[in-house]
Amino acid sequence: MSDNQPSTQTENGELSAVDLLRFTTAGSVDDGKSTLIGRLLYDSKNIFEDQLEAIETSSRSRGDENVNLALLTDGLKAEREQGITIDVAYRYFATPKRKFIIADTPGHIQYTRNMVTGASTANLAIILVDARKGVIEQTCRHSFIADLLRIQHVVVAVNKMDLVDYSEEVYEGIVARFKEFSSRLNNLVDVSFLPISALHGDNVVEKSANMDWYSGPTLLYHLESVYIGADHNHVQARFPVQWVIRPHSDEYHDFRGYAGRVAGGVFKPGDEVQVQPSGFASRIKSIHTADGELSEAFAPQSCSILLEDEIDISRGDMIVKPNNPPEQGQDIGAMVCWFGDRQMRVGGKYALRHTTKEVKAIVRELSYKININTLHKIEDDQEFGLNEIGCVQLRTSAPLYYDSYKDNRITGSFVLIDEQTNETVAAGMII
Amino acid sequence: MHSYRLSHIQQLESEAIFVLRETAAQFEKPVLLFSGGKDSIVMAHLAFKAFHPSRLPFPLLHVDTGHNFPETIEYRDRFVEKIGARLEVALVQDSIDNGRVTEEKGADASRNALQTVTLLDALEAANYDAALGGGRRDEEKARAKERFFSHRDAFGQWNPKNQRPELWNVFNGRKQHGEHFRVFPLSNWTEMDVWEYIRHEGIDLPGLYFAHEREVVERAGSLLAVTDFISVRDNEKVEKKQVRFRTIGDATCTGAVESAAADLDHIIAEVAAARQTERGTRADDKRSETAMEDRKKEGYF
Repeated sequence: MSDNQPSTQTENGELSAVDLLRFTTAGSVDDGKSTLIGRLLYDSKNIFEDQLEAIETSSRSRGDENVNLALLTDGLKAEREQGITIDVAYRYFATPKRKFIIADTPGHIQYTRNMVTGASTANLAIILVDARKGVIEQTCRHSFIADLLRIQHVVVAVNKMDLVDYSEEVYEGIVARFKEFSSRLNNLVDVSFLPISALHGDNVVEKSANMDWYSGPTLLYHLESVYIGADHNHVQARFPVQWVIRPHSDEYHDFRGYAGRVAGGVFKPGDEVQVQPSGFASRIKSIHTADGELSEAFAPQSCSILLEDEIDISRGDMIVKPNNPPEQGQDIGAMVCWFGDRQMRVGGKYALRHTTKEVKAIVRELSYKININTLHKIEDDQEFGLNEIGCVQLRTSAPLYYDSYKDNRITGSFVLIDEQTNETVAAGMII
Repeated sequence: MHSYRLSHIQQLESEAIFVLRETAAQFEKPVLLFSGGKDSIVMAHLAFKAFHPSRLPFPLLHVDTGHNFPETIEYRDRFVEKIGARLEVALVQDSIDNGRVTEEKGADASRNALQTVTLLDALEAANYDAALGGGRRDEEKARAKERFFSHRDAFGQWNPKNQRPELWNVFNGRKQHGEHFRVFPLSNWTEMDVWEYIRHEGIDLPGLYFAHEREVVERAGSLLAVTDFISVRDNEKVEKKQVRFRTIGDATCTGAVESAAADLDHIIAEVAAARQTERGTRADDKRSETAMEDRKKEGYF
């Protein structure tokens, strides 16, 4: 095995130079989302000859005039037949500065479910606006979801600028309208605006020759340089236990490692810790990996924590620090997005998965729903079905140890599972 | 100020280890599908790291078409011993002998599609409820739609239009009796990431991945190795070339590329400059535009 420890970036030169940005794309049907992704991949030379040949052949047989870059992202048979994207697809590309993971989310069928899914792991969201249509209901919806899922960085890409004669006036009007609307969203802090044409490549990778009035960066430059250093919580120490490693071998006779991935904060040998739910206190003896012991562990590192004292710890428990403990309780308020085909039942029981723990939960109340196109609260409607978002009060069968989603995306999120069908029916963000 | 950042390779490693541990914790009887190719080698290496210093809490399963390059089998046995894993082998030949499948006929005959039956039979016979695979989303367009935890019905089939949403790092591995999951810890890795990781970790690979001299024939744009398992046609010319393999699968459908890359640094430079995807050498993917999707729905890897 390598002697390189997966700890801080200074220790292993070359690999650390490249970091990772996960972003999601949102737009309504025909906003040119697939074309934009195709353009990013194509102009940054991340498309292979055999892929290009395959889409050239498909474009011809479909009767498309130009090579249809959108075909690069539509993978399933039904998607190609219908010319639409059905499910979230993940794409990968790299430049010398960064590696990128794109969650490409469809514009219509199951739009909310898919966008919420793609947004849950993203650092950045690109919201596409058709320059001819301006800020429409879907734009509001996409921005609301980015805000709800607390995506740190948002790029509003005003696309199809070629169809409005690259007009600065049209662009500025859309920017002003978006700013006016988004002032109602609390968490959208870093919003950037870009005028582009995905079809012709203006301001995607290459600077546009048609918009002298725009002096900002291209989309790719922005993606390469946006600061993402503060995207994990490095203050409140949280370590959900996944698995207990006990080798029972002669060499590691007394070894008892609590394996997991750090969900927040920094852990060091010697740190005083507390284990939930038992409340027992101990100290960290060492932090183990197959490459050797770590001097510190932080999110999102996988490691095993060994404690000074022998206490009973199993999967679903959480190791925390006593000076900064998580919230605990059985009454949970959360913003919930419903994914199930069957409506949520108030009074109904579901399995709830939170970090590595599973409990049962009863839906006590639907406090209100949100009209995600207007952001208005709806308080008198108790029907809660597919793609709806609302505020829900839950009672769990055992205490959860959690943080507010705004403080920690990992310890502040959960899913609900229908115990009859085993389907994931909802995503929840704890208030 | 101290910067708490992981490089992208460290993030991918941490994510894969998390998924491997979730698999061990959520399923009663997982198994790791091991072909002797680089992706399954990296996955087994990650599993070794995830549970260190204890042994792997699941065995490795090799679905053996019988059409192997001999180097693959030698490597497999050495590797399994080194990481202290248990190995099980399911033979496609057994499925043929007991009449579960019929061998394809003709010059393009391959046992690639037959593997699915052998795999599903092996999973069912031993009650495996999760099969870890080395599939990556960047490999192929249908794979781009895969989840980390991918549900399979009682017939082993994948329903790409109705997959469970997968949010944050919460994985739902619940299932009915008789159903199983495919789990893909390397979902977010690219071919380049796999090679960089192999170099970073100093992982030993089968010699097939490095440039060597070999007799090949050119067929449908790929260079196929001349072995006992393929029949050379009259119009084909056997040539000796310096080649290496970008993927290793069944010897009848895995093409080689001409290359002088004899070590990892040169391979990485070659991958960086490559203008063809690695599955561009796989005849099994070229049977139709949706060859992979069709096979995956049936229960392929």
